[in-house]
Amino acid sequence: MPVEYELDIPQSLDEALNALASDNGSSVTPLAGGTNLIIDIRSRRERPARVVGLDYVSELRAIDCTSERVTIGSRTTVTDLLDSAEIAKAAPSLVDAARVFAGHMVRNAATVGGNIACGSPAADLVPPLMSLDAEVTLSSKSGSRTVALADYFTGYKQDVRNADELITQVAWDRLPEHSVNTFRKLGRRKGDAITVTGVALTVVVEDGVCQRARIALGSVGPTVFRARQAEALLEGKVLSNELFDAAARKAASESSPIDDVRASAEYRLHTIETLTRRLLTQAWARLA
Amino acid sequence: MSSPKKITLRINGVNETLEAPAHRTLLEALRDLGHVEVKCGCEKGDCGACAVSIDGVAVDSCLTLAWMVEGREITTVSGLGDIENPHPLQKSFSDLGAIQCGYCTPGMIMASKSVIDRNPNPTDDDIRVGLSGNLCRCTGYTKIFEAVQDAASVMRGEGDKQ
Repeated sequence: MPVEYELDIPQSLDEALNALASDNGSSVTPLAGGTNLIIDIRSRRERPARVVGLDYVSELRAIDCTSERVTIGSRTTVTDLLDSAEIAKAAPSLVDAARVFAGHMVRNAATVGGNIACGSPAADLVPPLMSLDAEVTLSSKSGSRTVALADYFTGYKQDVRNADELITQVAWDRLPEHSVNTFRKLGRRKGDAITVTGVALTVVVEDGVCQRARIALGSVGPTVFRARQAEALLEGKVLSNELFDAAARKAASESSPIDDVRASAEYRLHTIETLTRRLLTQAWARLA
Repeated sequence: MSSPKKITLRINGVNETLEAPAHRTLLEALRDLGHVEVKCGCEKGDCGACAVSIDGVAVDSCLTLAWMVEGREITTVSGLGDIENPHPLQKSFSDLGAIQCGYCTPGMIMASKSVIDRNPNPTDDDIRVGLSGNLCRCTGYTKIFEAVQDAASVMRGEGDKQ
């Protein structure tokens, strides 16, 4: 038997939020690109009674870059990110991730909001956004609230979103001039592969001192997370190779990967350390 | 549970009507309507066999709900050309042996068209990245990449390079 559900097709954000609030939000699911959700419904991992399709909520598909802040509507696709010259300038890590995101047709459909909402530790847009200190706006009929992406996930595929809430945008303050923002994904092959390990890095340096370090790790824990102890080793310091070694080891020690079909936990720990050190070394070379 | 409704899909420039429940995918709807040139492979967005274009954007029809694309321009590989008047991609794939069993070909051509539409002068790497969501178990891909380059040069008006 196919899995059946009701399908609402709202034409505006207000209509979408009303639809999500029906039945007090129980068993209602927003649908964006469908590249995860349609599969999860078909395999009965998700069993919504009602699906709210967001294709025509056009106000959610927008990229807005000012000199101060970057705002991306949740319905923006991965291809939209690749096509944006402004994103290429403001968020290089996000472009690094978008380039190696699944395959061509999936990039055309999959969205920024959907990638966050699916809650997978292997979601490739999440480490870059976390390394940028992105904030997620959740909206419902009763109002909006903003949550740091770093605080958004509470466990494997668990998050702080209430059933009647919709991720409407992500936004962050632009990085200062002397900064590097980068992402590296390790997969079994270059395209169409689920991430084995992913590392996103932001380093801000002023007068030779690291003012801000962000290291966000993918596929080495129940959620994407920030390696805060590794970051703390770097911040306020004059950067050096010794410091990179220590931070890379610390990032690995903060990870809790599992064995699965793609790689062993041991391999993931090894590659997290290697990738973290490599990204830090490369960032330092570019800032010097 | 949802009741089926009558929807009209615009496929290769022709409006076609069918009765479909909410969960009906575009892939299922197209094949039900006889557009069996659209192939069903993995139904997970991994293989690209079901690729069609919606308003000029290539998507996996297995991940698209039919209700969501009412009124949009849906193009399948048959909408690009036929045996008398093949699209340059169709001709290059056929001439250069980029087809063996043929199952991946409709999706491969739709993805290739999207690659060339976005970038008329793609590098080999652009093509590889652009076709990374399409699996072929026969050709080893080399002839496919050659066919896309060949078609791209025809479409740029430079003639084929055979």
